[in-house]
Parts: sequence; structure tokens; C-alpha cells
Amino acid sequence: MSLLHWAVLSPFLVAILIPFLYKYMKRIHTGWFVLLLPFALFIYFLTFLPVTSSGETILEVLPWVPSLGINFSVYLDGLSLLFVLLITGIGALVVLYSIYYLAKGKERLHNFYVYLLMFMGAMLGVVLSDNLIVVYVFWEVTSIASSLLISYWYSREKSIYGAQKSMYITVFGGLSMLGGFSLLYVITGTFSIRELVANADLIITSGLFLPAMILVLLGAFTKSAQFPFHIWLPDAMEAPTPVSAYLHSATMVKAGIYLVARLTGVFGGTPEWFWIITIAGLTTLLWGSVSAVRQKDLKGILAFSTVSQLGLIMSLLGVGSAAFYFQDGDNALYKTAILAAVFHLINHATFKGSLFMAVGIIDHETGTRDIRKLGGLMTIMPVTATISLVGLASMAGLPPFNGFLSKELFFTGMLNVLDYGIFHLETFGLIIPIVAWVASVFTFLYCLIMFFRTFTGKFDISKLKVKHVHEAPVGMLISPVVLGLLVIIIGLFPGILAYSIIAPAISAILPGILAAGEQFDVHIYHWHGFQPELWMTIGVIILGVLLFLTFRKWENSAFYRGERDLFNYGYDYGYDGLIKGSQWLTRIQMTGRLRDYFIYMCAFIILLMGYTMYRYNLPDIGSLDLSPIPPFMWLIFIVFISSVVVIPFLQNRVAVIVVTGVTGFIVALFFVIFRAPDLALTQLLVETVTVILFMLVFYHLPKLQKEKTAIGIKLVKLLIAGGFGLMMTIISLSAFSLGQEANFPSIAEFFIENSKEEAGGYNVVNVILVDFRGLDTMLEALVVAIATLSVISLIKLRFKGREDV
Amino acid sequence: MKPIKPNDMMLQTLARLIILVVLSFSIYLLLAGHNNPGGGFIGGLMTSSAILILYVAFDMKTIKKAIPIDFVKIIGIGLLFASLTGVVSMLFGYPYLKQFFDYFTIPILGEVELTTALPFDLGVYFVVVGSALTIILTIAEDDK
Repeated sequence: MSLLHWAVLSPFLVAILIPFLYKYMKRIHTGWFVLLLPFALFIYFLTFLPVTSSGETILEVLPWVPSLGINFSVYLDGLSLLFVLLITGIGALVVLYSIYYLAKGKERLHNFYVYLLMFMGAMLGVVLSDNLIVVYVFWEVTSIASSLLISYWYSREKSIYGAQKSMYITVFGGLSMLGGFSLLYVITGTFSIRELVANADLIITSGLFLPAMILVLLGAFTKSAQFPFHIWLPDAMEAPTPVSAYLHSATMVKAGIYLVARLTGVFGGTPEWFWIITIAGLTTLLWGSVSAVRQKDLKGILAFSTVSQLGLIMSLLGVGSAAFYFQDGDNALYKTAILAAVFHLINHATFKGSLFMAVGIIDHETGTRDIRKLGGLMTIMPVTATISLVGLASMAGLPPFNGFLSKELFFTGMLNVLDYGIFHLETFGLIIPIVAWVASVFTFLYCLIMFFRTFTGKFDISKLKVKHVHEAPVGMLISPVVLGLLVIIIGLFPGILAYSIIAPAISAILPGILAAGEQFDVHIYHWHGFQPELWMTIGVIILGVLLFLTFRKWENSAFYRGERDLFNYGYDYGYDGLIKGSQWLTRIQMTGRLRDYFIYMCAFIILLMGYTMYRYNLPDIGSLDLSPIPPFMWLIFIVFISSVVVIPFLQNRVAVIVVTGVTGFIVALFFVIFRAPDLALTQLLVETVTVILFMLVFYHLPKLQKEKTAIGIKLVKLLIAGGFGLMMTIISLSAFSLGQEANFPSIAEFFIENSKEEAGGYNVVNVILVDFRGLDTMLEALVVAIATLSVISLIKLRFKGREDV
Repeated sequence: MKPIKPNDMMLQTLARLIILVVLSFSIYLLLAGHNNPGGGFIGGLMTSSAILILYVAFDMKTIKKAIPIDFVKIIGIGLLFASLTGVVSMLFGYPYLKQFFDYFTIPILGEVELTTALPFDLGVYFVVVGSALTIILTIAEDDK
């Protein structure tokens, strides 16, 4: 294990300590201990900047299940490093912010920080693994951690609803993605992303290409809240605000984008990949920005805005994937889109992070996030207002902030599509920049609404639940101020990032486009001259302001009054239908009567075995070389069979128990005759314990009633019972005869020979149990333990009335 | 039906004697398992039947006081034993659950074979004792 492996696992290790720190260091806010880790990791990963910016990569392999091609290999290149720095950097700021946001003593901090660290480790694992199966495992852990964090205030109904929704949607996507990964393995025989990229031609020409791609994209789209799976993200806003800032805007929702970027080298260059991602991204962008305008909750606006910005980045990755079609090196025509995607990814994390934190402050101090109740906070919270102004101006795409730069690049990238001349773009290409522009108008509009409705206008304390409103404490302001400063610094000096982070990330997204040693040319300007991009921005500003000024006109329209996303109805109906459908299905077969379950099992075994025998021309009972049966055996057989046959006709419960016991003891007798003392002993003891159990529960049992079932049903049961017995007889005879004919050596010989030498025991049965097949025994013990726990829960926790599950 | 207070002197007197024999035999079975019929599973079942005899002969409360053990915890201890003996071999670079044995000469007992399979079997023993007793007692205590 290398240091990089430990870095990925360190959050999990620290998470183990958190409950103890929380319990025994009550006087110090647990967050201070947690803060050290992301901070240290951030510094540690910064030291890799020179490595990746010189175009090198690091690969550390740790075999996990090498026989299945599953290795925990850590791969660090420009793209991973960008994400790792976001995860640890924003992580440190969010933890700092949370220390002031979540009050010590009132909140269950140990839960919060354990989940947060679990998420951090998993997210590091996702972006640093080269192996798809490892990516998948960490991917699902992020879903679980996210869901746990959304339901952090689990007594609120909406939190549980949001947590469930995010879990169902992202896990559905995760499982599809696993299917896609498996298909990729079927095609290429490897789970390693680097090897997949090397075998990209094999994948693209394969018949499984489209299914594999769609399944993988389902995972990416559900995680990155792409249309129509975006509905989970607004409901995820029930999480504490630090979580929203961290998971649901800066990092986790970008896992899907990471995956698409990472696999561009595998699928890129095909029209399917280009169109699916571009269309999904643009639809999400437009839908998200229009929906954001309708929101009245500040976090709701930010949630839909995140959805829309994720769509923006996604569409850029789709457009940029055309680079693999042309394969002509560093061509600005395709590169600009990827450059814009990487640059906007960073910018979005900075401005959206600061905005979420600002909204958290407003919520914390005023007790509400409803823009209809807020207003006039500019003079009361000057610092928060400034942070919001910077963040919103950047998001709206105004100079000189970083959002302006990436928005201009975004327009350039979208306009470049017109010059591609492939994939039917000459016909449909114009739609792409138009949609991008319309969506930007709405983005501008909701930024205006958010700022002016919160910070200007009349301040009315009577609408709020709190008595005094004041600026947040300094500690709470540090993190948003740092992010706000980054917005300005990156905006003024984008060159800082150009060759240190952005260029290596582009090379990682577009592997093999450049010859070894070359580097992508990254120049980000404020002023391009009077190009179409500039006119588009000016158009956005004019139209956005016009729409805002006419706000009173459309304020009462049906469009603005409703705010629930239409797709939620689909989810809710689907969810209810699923529950009702499964209840219906369960009720049909789960009668609660043991004999019905026996019928299912026996009938199924008869059908399955019967079909197999018919299909493969079995059974083949040829010569049976049997030893003679001595007379005393016949006697035992007769007693045994008659005792079994008699049981159904008995009317007295004690008699039933006694006769059942007789059959058990006769079985033990058989074991003795066939010289199996261990089995005989076990059988005897089981019988004994069963008898004691019967004695204990005897008087709880209801009176034995005469069965009143129709003769037809009885016959069917008889048929199934008889058929099952017959089936078992045929199987054992056939197995015996086959073994004799083929002259298979008995497996017992191996154990008898090796028992003494290998394990030092003469009792072969026990040596098999504890040594040769130790794992089986251990897991059987586990099964016994689980069965016991279920007996406890069935009896002690059973329903009192007629509640339904 | 109202529970009958057991007051069976014959059974109670005999039970005290029988328990001793059964318990010692069950421990013999556990230890003998490697070379003779026996082992953790059988030993565990026998121990539980011994304790169950007590429950049948005396009333629940008396035995609960006499043996104040939470049998659910015994299951956990057993699982820990079984799974951790496997880990020991991993520390020396062998695969999980590899068992070792050797012969030692101990005063009074003479040459004795010691195996790592024994703690493993002990784990199975605990799981069986814990499970059997928990299941039966839970059902028996249930008076609804």
C-alpha cells in the first residue's frame, strides 16, 4: 500500500475515531478534529501539482481480487488531481463552516461528521481509482453517505422523503452503471480505465457498445442530476446547508461529470455519445434555469441552478467529445468546449459554494429562506450581501468574475459546433447555441431575483420568527469569504490555473489526442473583441433585466405560482405503484401458513429437476450394484415408513409429537448402522432439544382441529408430496448408478488420507468441519446467529394489531 | 391455561445430578472432537440440553437468577472467536482460516495435541449454545 492508498482510506480511519472524540472531548466541537484531515490532505495533494502539470501520472496498484481483474489501483492524473483538490479544499472550508453552523451540544455531531468523512473518503476513491469495480463500490458509498446526510434531521418528514428519493434514483443509476461496467469487461476483459481507453476501438465496434454506453450514462446522469433524473436534487436540500454546499453542489453531483469526462476517451468520437450527452446536458440546462426562476426558497433556487449548471458542464463535455472524431491534435474548435467544462467546473464550485454558505447564514440568522418573507438585508448583513453579490454576478456571467470567463468560453464552444460539419450538425447544429443562450437569459434572471428580493426592498421583522437579525459570527464568514475571494482572483488572473490545473485536466479527458510531451494551449481572455460571444452576453443582460423589470406583470401567472417540478408526480406515482404492486404480489403468495410455503418449495424443486432431467435425458439408472439388505433392515424400514404414514391421520397432538420423534430416532439409528457416530449423536441431540422445545411451548399451541379441505386440494398435496419423494429417490439412485458406471473415485478418500497428516485429527468429519471446510462452518454459524436474531424479532417485535408492512 | 408451578421433587433432585454428568460430557465432546466423535456443534447442543433440563425442572425465574447470562451475547462472542482465529493465520501470511497443530508435552497430562481448530470449534460451540437457548427461551417466555 502506498501513501496514496492511505490518503484515500484516511477519512474512513478518522471516522472510526469520531464517536470517541465526540463522547470524551465534549468541550471541544468535534468539527475541529475533523478539520485537520481535509486540510492535511489538501496540502498533501498540492505537492502533486508539479507532477501532473509536467504531464506525468502516478499509478499505484494494490491487488484486491486479482483473479477477477479487480485491483485497488490509485491513478493520479490532471483530472483526478483537479477533483481531489476540490474535494479536500472545499471539504476543509465546509467543515470549518459547519463548526459554526451546527451548534455544539444540540446536534448529533458524531453522526454528522462520520457520514461526512465517509463521503469524503468514498469521493476520493471514486476519482482516484483506475478500476471500474472499485469506482462502483466507492460510488455507492457516496450515495449512501449522501442519503444519510440528507436525512440527518430524520424527525422531519421531508428529510426522509428527500433521502429516500435520492437513494432510489442514484442507486438505480449505480446499478445500471455496474451493468455497463460488466458489459465493458465482457468486451475487453479488463476493468482498468486506462486499458479500456487503449482498447477504445474494440469497444466502439462491438455490438454491445450502445447498451454498455447507455447503462454507464444512466449512472452518470442520475448522480449528476441530469434531466429527467434531476428531481432528487431539490429535495436533497433538506440536508444541513454545509452538506448542500459540499455534496450537492461542489463535489458529489460532479461525480457523474467526472465519469463522463473520464470515459470520453473510451466512448468519445461517436455520434451517439455526442448527441446523448449534449442533448441531456442542454435539456437539463434549460429546464433547470427555467425551474429556478419559479422557486421561492433560496435553497430551491440554488438547487435548480446547480441542476442547470451541471447540465451546462455536461453539454460541454458532449460537444468536446468530437475531438476524438477528428483526432487532429490541439484544435481550438473542439478543445474550447473541454476547456470551458473544466474551467466552469472549478468556477461553479467556488461561486456556488459561497452562495450556499451565504444562504445558510441567512437561514441561520433569520430563520427563513423564503424570498417572499426576506428583504432589505443589505444593511443588516453587509458581508453576506457582498459575498452573495460576487457569487451571483459570477453565476450570471458578469465581468470581471470567473463566471464571465467560463460563460464566454461556453458560448464559444457552443458556437464552434456550427463549424463541425459532422453528425448532422449542419442541420440541427443551430439549436445548440440557441438553447444555450435562452438558458443563460433565465440564469441571469434568477440571479437578479435572488439578489434583489433578499437584500433590497423593505426589511419586515414581523414576517420572521426571530426577534433580532444581525450579521453572522466571523468564523462562519471565513469560508464563504475565501471562496468569494477565489471567485475574484480566478476572474482577474485566470492564468494561475491555466497550466497548473486546467491543461493537465484537458489532457486527461482527451488522452491520446496529443503526442507525448505536448501540452494543450490554454489562454483565457477577458476581451476577445466584438465577437458573437460578446453580443450573446450583452443580449442575455438586456433581456434578463427586461424580464426582471416586468416581474410584477408575470408574478401572478400560473407559471410562477407553482414551483413543484412536474416530474415529481411521475416519481410519486411510480413509488406508490411500486409499493402497492409489491404488497399485492406478496399478499398473493405469503399466506403465513408453513404448509403453503412447503408446497411452493417442493413444487418448484419437482418442476426444476423434472425439466432438467427431461432436457438432458436423465435419469440414467443403469446397473445398480447393490449390497444385499439384511432382514433387520427391512424391519427398521417398515417401522420407519409406517410411522411417517401414520402422522397425518393422528388426531392427538401428543401422539403426533411422539411419532415424529420416533422417525427422528430411527434416522439416528440408520446413522449408527452406517457407522456415522457424529451424525447419529447430532441427530439424537437435535431430537432431544426439539422435544424439550415442544414441552415448553405445548400449552401455547391452539387445539388441533380436523382439517376441512376439499378432496381435490388434498389430492394435489398428496401428489406434490409423493412427487417430491419420488424425485429424491430417483436422484439418489441415479447419482449412485452414475458414480459406479463412470468409476469416479470417492471424495471421502482424499479426506481420509489427509485428515491426519494435514490437520492432525483422526475424526474426519470434524476435521472437515473445522479445517478443510472451515469457512463453510463459520458462515453456517453466522446463519444460525441470524436465524436466532430473526426468531427474536419475530416474537418480541411482532405487530400488535393488524398493521400492514 | 394458567402456568403450573413446577414442584416435582424427583425431577429436581435428579436434575442436579444429571446436569453435572451431562455438562462434563458435553465439554468432553467439545475437546474430543478432533480425534473422536464430538465437536463444537454436538458439544453445544448437549450443553444447551443440560441447561434446558434445569429450565424444565425448575421455574424460569430461579434459573435466570442462577445463570445470569445473556445468551444473545454468547452468540456474538462465539462468532468473534470463530472469525478471529482465522485472522491469526493471516498475520503470518497464510490464507484466512488456515489451521495449525502441534504436539506438546505437558506435566501430568503427558503429550497433548494442541490445535488452532479448538478455539474455532469453541466459537461454534458458543454460537450453538447461545442460539439454541435464545430461540427456545424466547419462545417459551412468549405468553401472548
